[in-house]
Amino acid sequence: MENQFIALKLSNEEYAVDILAVKEIIRWTHLTRVPKAPFFIQGVLNLRGNVIPVINSHLRLQLSVTTPTEKSRIIILNVDDLVVGFIVDEVIEVITLSKEMLEKPQLVEGSYRFIKNIGKINDRVIIILDLDKIVDLNLY
Amino acid sequence: MDVSKYLDLFLEEAMEHLQTLNTGLLNLESNPNQLNLLNEIFRSAHTLKGMSATMGYDSITQLTHKMESLLGKIQERKLLLNQEIINTLFQCVDLLENMLTKIREGETPNVDLKGLLDKLTVLEDGQVVTELKTKSDLEKNVKRKNSQEQQQETLEIQFNEYENSVIHEAILKGFNVWKITISLSPDCLMKGVRAFMVFRNLENIGEIIKSVPSVQDIEDEKFDHEFILFLISKQEQKEIEAALSISEIAVKNMDKVKSKKTRANLPQDDVKMNNKTTFVSGNKHKVHQTVRVDIGRLDKLMNLVGELVINKTRLEQICLANDVPGLNEIIEQINRITADLQMVVQNVRMVSIEQVFNRFPRMVRDLTQELGKNVELILEGKDTELDRTVIDEIGDPLVHLIRNALAHGLESPEERKAVHKNTMGILKLSARHEGNRIIICVEDDGRGLDLEAIKKKALENNLVSAAQLEMMDEQAIINLIFESGFSTAKVVTDVSGRGVGLDVVKSKIHALSGQVFVETKKGQGSRFLIKLPLTLAIIQALLVKVQEEVFAIPLANIDETTSLETNQIKNIQGQLAMLLRGRVLPLVYIQNILEVPGDKQAAELNVVVVQKGEQKIGLIVEELIGQQEIVISSLGKLLSGLPGIAGASILGDGKVSLILDIRTLF
Repeated sequence: MENQFIALKLSNEEYAVDILAVKEIIRWTHLTRVPKAPFFIQGVLNLRGNVIPVINSHLRLQLSVTTPTEKSRIIILNVDDLVVGFIVDEVIEVITLSKEMLEKPQLVEGSYRFIKNIGKINDRVIIILDLDKIVDLNLY
Repeated sequence: MDVSKYLDLFLEEAMEHLQTLNTGLLNLESNPNQLNLLNEIFRSAHTLKGMSATMGYDSITQLTHKMESLLGKIQERKLLLNQEIINTLFQCVDLLENMLTKIREGETPNVDLKGLLDKLTVLEDGQVVTELKTKSDLEKNVKRKNSQEQQQETLEIQFNEYENSVIHEAILKGFNVWKITISLSPDCLMKGVRAFMVFRNLENIGEIIKSVPSVQDIEDEKFDHEFILFLISKQEQKEIEAALSISEIAVKNMDKVKSKKTRANLPQDDVKMNNKTTFVSGNKHKVHQTVRVDIGRLDKLMNLVGELVINKTRLEQICLANDVPGLNEIIEQINRITADLQMVVQNVRMVSIEQVFNRFPRMVRDLTQELGKNVELILEGKDTELDRTVIDEIGDPLVHLIRNALAHGLESPEERKAVHKNTMGILKLSARHEGNRIIICVEDDGRGLDLEAIKKKALENNLVSAAQLEMMDEQAIINLIFESGFSTAKVVTDVSGRGVGLDVVKSKIHALSGQVFVETKKGQGSRFLIKLPLTLAIIQALLVKVQEEVFAIPLANIDETTSLETNQIKNIQGQLAMLLRGRVLPLVYIQNILEVPGDKQAAELNVVVVQKGEQKIGLIVEELIGQQEIVISSLGKLLSGLPGIAGASILGDGKVSLILDIRTLF
């Protein structure tokens, strides 16, 4: 069985999200800050008339924060009917991984809880994110 | 067949039919001779039966079937309408509603039908027996049968009850009723067309009440070479014959019909109702064609229109920056079209309040019967339109207010007589527009609110202290009835008085960003006024700028705005304040509350005075941008329940602006 993922770059590490959860990918746009929101919510954006919260992935995954560049994108995800934006430094490509190429993570502490699987293509190591957990506000 | 996807549609339509049944039964109760009402009820029951059979809800099918056969008997005049039948039918409707609610909640609608079904059977059979029991009735019956037979002999055509009454009325009014037998020549090719000409010509001089075969069949040429018409007209034979001088057509026979059966023959003493049947000519309801649309789709449409408007604004800006010939004109056009589109979409969401009001005649009838009161319900402004979202929410508070008026406000007939009032109490429910608000008013001419009783009750329930009470003016005391844990009923009844009434009303209406007021005069009645915004989706707001961020403050919360220089801010033990017309107004920086980044210092600031409950507070902002109509969007599940934020709105420049919730801001 093979699954497709979108490979992306965050603080120079390679991550991926399940392509089935991706609604669309948009360029960097104006975000409105939301006071008193959880710390990893960067703000909200207007996606064709819908107000959508946007997650700052660096803060969420406890990575070093980078400033937005030309390559920065916002991936619009649909997780369990919850539509959220996810800021990434760069979208690389669509990759196909078979079951044998996936491995359960051994590390379970801290931010590793957001990791669903580790994918391996040749010598590339790609962290596959657990989106259900990323949008779960009860997890820090 | 999988019918689950039709469930929503089924429920919606079934509820509509229940409404028709309710209204029809109520009308029938006051005008028992209007057989067309009976037809409507019958039709609804029948449709309901068919629908539920398709959906596989046997219990509903069973009940409606039984109702239908009872109604059928009444329709055929084999059974007399009486209060018991009407009450039983009302019970059936209630039970049906019950079952539908269960279906909506995902349960199986298995209710014990036996009692009601038995009752229906008894009613169906029993009454014929009682009708025959008394001698006079028996005679009447025989007489009626005879007359019917006579009629059959002379006319060979059976009129139904409605046609009979029309014929009778017509003769009373001095019209002639003609039975005309028309024959077409055997070689006539286009029988339908000829027949149509006959109808057209006759309708110029009178009214055709019946034809054999039916009009439809005649039009479809489903007849040999003859048909019979019954015409009500003032004209004499000659004129009618003149009207019928059409080629290939001959008048074979023409008789005057006499009313053999008079209404007096119909025993109707069972129901004491006034005979209001009028000479009805062409009682056609104008039916609007409608489409059922999911409210979610309308929301989406609204969003898209909003988006269109935003993009149009951008286009305008580009046009201003680059002078492209011809573009201006097109943009003007687009401007007009989008404005129209926006209007249409907003109107589509509007629903008339009628569908809420329609519930009440039935409710008032039941309650007045139960409470032994005499009440006339007046409904006004049924056409008033408001947003679908508000309609869905306003029903419950109104039910509370009406129940209260019936239980506490309006007196019993004896009491009313004692104070020289008309024994018939009046309960008036009205709706009207006022600016961009809607006012709903529940008014009764009952005993009014008892100030002393309110005071006593408030003290008993520890809502206020005696000292506080001393200080309060009349209106403030009256407003105590909206506090939770307040109930003036001396006896707790099923109808009202569980102590949860008015505070629920108040909180519900506040949740709809509305207000509720009460006016009362002892002995003359009380009036509850509900003020609501037209829609929950669009509000008037003031846009303010704090550093680089723009926030929207709902206009409903704002008292006034004023400007302020930094040196006018006073510091009273750590609390910022200013003097506004001699009064101390506490101040807060929005920037601090909302942790807005930035350190721009302005010498002149603006203060938005907002009302939070009884308290007035000044919010310090840098700049007032202006008043604007904004569309409220939710921030979604992820960001719901944030303190101080009511939602978001997309502004003309495409940016999202947050709407402040004054109640939870500080």
